[in-house]
Amino acid sequence: MSMLKEIQKSLFKKKATVLYPFKEREKVHIPEGFRGKIVFDRDKCTSCLLCARFCPSGACEIVTDEKGKRPIFHLELCLFCSQCQEVCPKGAINLTEEFELAAFDRKAFTIR
Amino acid sequence: MQEEELQKTEKKSAYELFFDIPVGPQHPALKEPAFFKFRVEGERVVGVDVDVSYNHRGIERALEDRNYIQNIYLIERICGICNVAHTLCYAQAVEQLHGKEIPSRANYIRLMVEELARIHSHTLWLGVAAHEIGFDTLFMYVWRDREVVMDLIEMLTGNRVTTAINTIGGVRRDVSDEAKDKVKKGMNILEERLKYYRKVALNDPTVNARCSGVGILKPKDAIRLCAVGPTLRASGVKNDVRRDDPYTLHDEVPFNVITFDTMDVFARVLVRIDETLESVNMVRYCLDHMPNGDVRIKLPLSPPVGEAISRVEAPRGELIHYARSNGTKNPERYKVRTPTFENLPSVSEMLTSKSDYEVNIADIPITLASIDPCFSCTARMEFRDVSKGKTWIWSLKELKAHCSKSRR
Repeated sequence: MSMLKEIQKSLFKKKATVLYPFKEREKVHIPEGFRGKIVFDRDKCTSCLLCARFCPSGACEIVTDEKGKRPIFHLELCLFCSQCQEVCPKGAINLTEEFELAAFDRKAFTIR
Repeated sequence: MQEEELQKTEKKSAYELFFDIPVGPQHPALKEPAFFKFRVEGERVVGVDVDVSYNHRGIERALEDRNYIQNIYLIERICGICNVAHTLCYAQAVEQLHGKEIPSRANYIRLMVEELARIHSHTLWLGVAAHEIGFDTLFMYVWRDREVVMDLIEMLTGNRVTTAINTIGGVRRDVSDEAKDKVKKGMNILEERLKYYRKVALNDPTVNARCSGVGILKPKDAIRLCAVGPTLRASGVKNDVRRDDPYTLHDEVPFNVITFDTMDVFARVLVRIDETLESVNMVRYCLDHMPNGDVRIKLPLSPPVGEAISRVEAPRGELIHYARSNGTKNPERYKVRTPTFENLPSVSEMLTSKSDYEVNIADIPITLASIDPCFSCTARMEFRDVSKGKTWIWSLKELKAHCSKSRR
């Protein structure tokens, strides 16, 4: 009974929930520094392979392309801990604020 | 067959028979897999058998295969809610191996994030408890206000729950002045709301009817059964790792150890609400007294040979980590003792009817929830024969036999 007043007050307030995927999409507030989708810059990479050495979940695979060794990121394994971003000496790896990562195709999870 | 045995071994009750009610491993009243066998006499619970080994994940073994940096993120995943306590405990243990002190500002940030996580854990628990007693209005309101602290944690660390803020040698992110202002504003909102919920808990007849006199744990039993954290403090025992064995800056930041003397679920509700209010004040103190400087020192990947024990007051109680290093980049042995594991014997005690108080079947969910159980933290060891595809767990007898053998 002691909450009745509070409930009455809330009746006339705006809803606390955001109808996220359907309405007011822009109102989902993502703060600066959120750890989301990985973006990789091939030009900055020096093939030091520290990212693969420190990745806790094995999401960082090393392959060889025409310029030498480089990482590929598998988002389906990624923990979004940003350890790779932290150890990268050249700043080639960045975690963006993009968080809508669901996809029907597995290839969409591989960041090249 | 079973009934015959029971009748032979137990004295006959007014109902002639005792029944065993299995609850779990999958049950709507439990959020995580655990098995409880309640022996009931009519509506009275007279005995309980607990089995929590349904969620073995092999984390301690996996830690030995990864290096110290990778382990931070694995340790974090022992428990989602107390991830800050786990990483803090791990980082302290490894820093102890290195024998290095971290900068003062890093300590302030660690403490602040730890207390924010405590606020988030306790408000989450308050919501769950309200849900268990059928007071869903309170549950919804508490969780709405919990979003305030979740947003602050997200802003400070980059993620809502899995913070990944503590690292070996300090913290990974600094706190800007802008963020400080936002945290201060958030703390004002939270303090006002928590004081309101305290009033609701004290005055509401629903909370009182469902929580008072339920799940009684006497101080003597609490100490005998090694209860920890809010469960112990709600039994009136003044015990808190933050006070007894201060880590980070808990010896500098003022706070009160909250105890309550009614020893029941109601006491656990109030202890947690009051502790959250203490945490709000501690976060404010940290914001006001935070010095300038570095937030991290660089430490080598491999600590020297040695062993370390570190203790942290997690939201659920005392958390102990043990680390042994052999000088390589992977730990040689790592052991985690989580608070829920310590509190399980107390739950059996709370759920057994005594001469002076009775436990009804309807009180089981809230009594179980009152220790804030997190069963995924508990199962630590099992045996697996890969060639035969067999998995088994040692009984206490086998474990004792093994211990005495290895001692010789």
